[in-house]
Amino acid sequence: MINMKDFLKGSGFIQPIWVFVIAITVFFSFMSEYFLSVGNLSNILVQTSTIGLIALGMTYVMINGNIDLSVGAVLGLAASLSVGLQDYGITIAVIAALASGLVLGAINGLIVWKTGVNAFIVTLGAMIGVRGLIFVYTEEQSFYATNFAFSDFGTASIGPFPVLAIIFLICTLVMHLVLKKTGHGRNTFAVGGNPEAALDAGIRIGRHMMINFIIVGFFAALAGVLLATQMGAATPNLGRDYELWTITAVVLGGTKLTGGFGSITGTLGGVLAIGILRNGMNLMQVPAFYVLVILGVILISVLIIDQRLNVHASKGVSI
Amino acid sequence: MASVEQGKQAIMLNKKYKAGLLNFLSAQGILVFFLICMFAFSLFSEQFLSQSNIMTVVRQASIIGIIAVGVTVVIIGGNLDLSVGSMLSFSTVLVVDLHDKIGPAGAIILMFVLTLLIGAVNGFLIGFMRLNSLIVTLAMLSAIQGLVLIYSGGKNVDIANQSDTWFAFFGRGYVLGIAVPIILFAVLAIIVQVVMSYTSYGRRIFAVGGNPAAAVYSGIRKNWCVFSTYLISAFCVACAALVLGSRVMGSQNNVGQGYELLVLAGIILGGTSLLGGAGSVWKTIIGVLILGFIQNGLLLLGYPYYTQWLVTWVIIILAVWLDLANKRKRLFTTHS
Repeated sequence: MINMKDFLKGSGFIQPIWVFVIAITVFFSFMSEYFLSVGNLSNILVQTSTIGLIALGMTYVMINGNIDLSVGAVLGLAASLSVGLQDYGITIAVIAALASGLVLGAINGLIVWKTGVNAFIVTLGAMIGVRGLIFVYTEEQSFYATNFAFSDFGTASIGPFPVLAIIFLICTLVMHLVLKKTGHGRNTFAVGGNPEAALDAGIRIGRHMMINFIIVGFFAALAGVLLATQMGAATPNLGRDYELWTITAVVLGGTKLTGGFGSITGTLGGVLAIGILRNGMNLMQVPAFYVLVILGVILISVLIIDQRLNVHASKGVSI
Repeated sequence: MASVEQGKQAIMLNKKYKAGLLNFLSAQGILVFFLICMFAFSLFSEQFLSQSNIMTVVRQASIIGIIAVGVTVVIIGGNLDLSVGSMLSFSTVLVVDLHDKIGPAGAIILMFVLTLLIGAVNGFLIGFMRLNSLIVTLAMLSAIQGLVLIYSGGKNVDIANQSDTWFAFFGRGYVLGIAVPIILFAVLAIIVQVVMSYTSYGRRIFAVGGNPAAAVYSGIRKNWCVFSTYLISAFCVACAALVLGSRVMGSQNNVGQGYELLVLAGIILGGTSLLGGAGSVWKTIIGVLILGFIQNGLLLLGYPYYTQWLVTWVIIILAVWLDLANKRKRLFTTHS
C-alpha cells in the first residue's frame, strides 16, 4: 500500500513527477500516432539532453542550498570555443571548451566560498559577465564548424540509440550514484539542509560548494559542446534563458530551492516532462507559445501541492 | 577548534547583519564609487559630463530605473520579482496594439488594469498562498511570455499613424526642456522613497522583510503587505511600458526579455540586500545610474558595448563583497 501523502511529498518510493511523465506519455500516445515510436522517443532524449545535462549539475548546486544562474552563458562560451578553436584540432577545441566550464565554475564557487556573497548574486554577475566574455571572444560573430567529424558526432548513433542520448543517460546514472553513494553526495545534502550544523560536524562546507559549482560548470560546458555538434555552429547568444528552463526542470523534479532535499531521479523526470510536453504538443500542432503557459501553470501547481502537504514544516504565523 | 569557533562566530555575525539594518558606511561607499566613476570618465572624455550626454544617459536608464523602483519595494518586503521582464513585454505589446484599436486613452487604461491584474496574481500566490517568490515569478515569467506570444500570434506590433497622436508624449515629449521619461522616473522614485521612509506603510514593509514572524506578532497584516508590494511593482512596470511603447511606437513581443536581470543588477549594485528588510529607492537609483554611466562612458572611450557586461560582473561582486566584508570586519569567510 503506497502512502498517498508520502507519495505526493516525493519522499515515497515513486515520485509524483514520474506519474505526471507517464500520464502525459499515455495522453500523447493517444493523441498522436507518431508519438510512441522509438525514433520519436530517442528524439525527445536528444532534445532534452542539453537542458538535462545542466540540470544534473544544477540539482547538486540546489541541494547544496545555492543556485547557478550563469549556466546559459557558460554553455554559450563553451559552444563558441568548441567551434572557434577547431583550427587547432577538434580534441583541443573540445578540451578547451570543457576547461572553460570547469574554470568558470571554480571561479563562481571560490567567490561564494571565500567572500560569502549570496550565490544568486555571484552567478547573476557571472551570467552577465560571461556573456560579455563570449562577445569579446567571438566579436559578435557566429562560428560554423568546417570539420564534419564534429557536426556528424551530434547525429551519430550506436545501433538505434543516438550518442547524445546515451551520454546523457550515462551521466545521469553516474551523478545519481555519486549523490547517493559517496561522501560528497551526503555532505552536499548536509550542507544544504543546515550549514551551521554541517560546519559543527566538521564538514568543509566551502569546498563542497566549490566542487558542486565546478560540476555544474562542467556539465554546462559539456551541454554547450554537444549542442554545438548538433547545430554544427555556435552563435554568441546561444543558451539565453537556459538557466530558467534548467531551474524549472529541477524544481519540477522536487528539489527544494532552500536546499537539503532533492534527487537526480526527480530531475530526470522534470527534464523528461518538459521534453515530452514540448514534443507532444508539437506533434499535436499546438503553437509552441502554449507550452510556456502550461509549464508556468504546472510549476505553480507543483508548488501549491507541495506546500499543502508540507504544511507542518512550513507553517509560519500569519494574520 | 579555534577556527570552528571563529567560523561559527562569522556565520552568526553574518546572520545578524544579513537580517540587518541599513548600513551607513556601505551607503556612502557606493556614492563614493559613483563619483569616482564619473570623475574618471570625465578625465578621458570631454563630452561625458556635458549636459546633453548626462540627460541622454538618464533617459536611457529611466525605463530600467522605473521598474527597479517597484522591484526594490518587493525586495525590501523580502521577496523577489523575476517576472517584470515578461510583464514589460506584455504591457508594451498590449498598449501598442490596442492604441490603434480602441484609441490611446482606452489602451493605456486597459493596459494598466491588466498589468495590475498580473501583479495581483503574483501578490496573491506569494502573499496569501505564501509560495516561494523566486519560483512563482519564474513560472510567471514563462507563462506571461507565452501569453504575449499567443496574443500577438508571434508577430511584432506597431502603431500605424505615428506622427499625430498624443501618445507620443510619454516617450518622446519634453516638459520644461526635460524629457518626460526622466520626469516620470523622478516623480515615481520620489513618491516611493517618501512612502517607504516616512509612512507607517513603508515601515511595515521593512518590518515584514526584516523579520516576518515578528512583524506578524506586532499586528502587521503580512499577507496584505506582500500583496501590495507586487501591485506597486506591476504599476511601475506599466509606467515603464508606457514610456517604452510610446518611445518606440511599436514593440517586439520579447522586448522585455532580460530586463529582470538588469533591474536586479542595478538594485544589487545600489546595495539593497536580497534578503529583505533593508535598502532604499535612492540607492537603487544610484545603482541603475552607475550601470547607465558605465555603459555610456565605455562607449565614449571607444570600447564595444559588451565590455560593460564584463565591468558589471566585476563591480557587482566587488560591491556586495566589500559591503559584507565591512560588516563582518574581515575580507574572507573563515570556514574551510
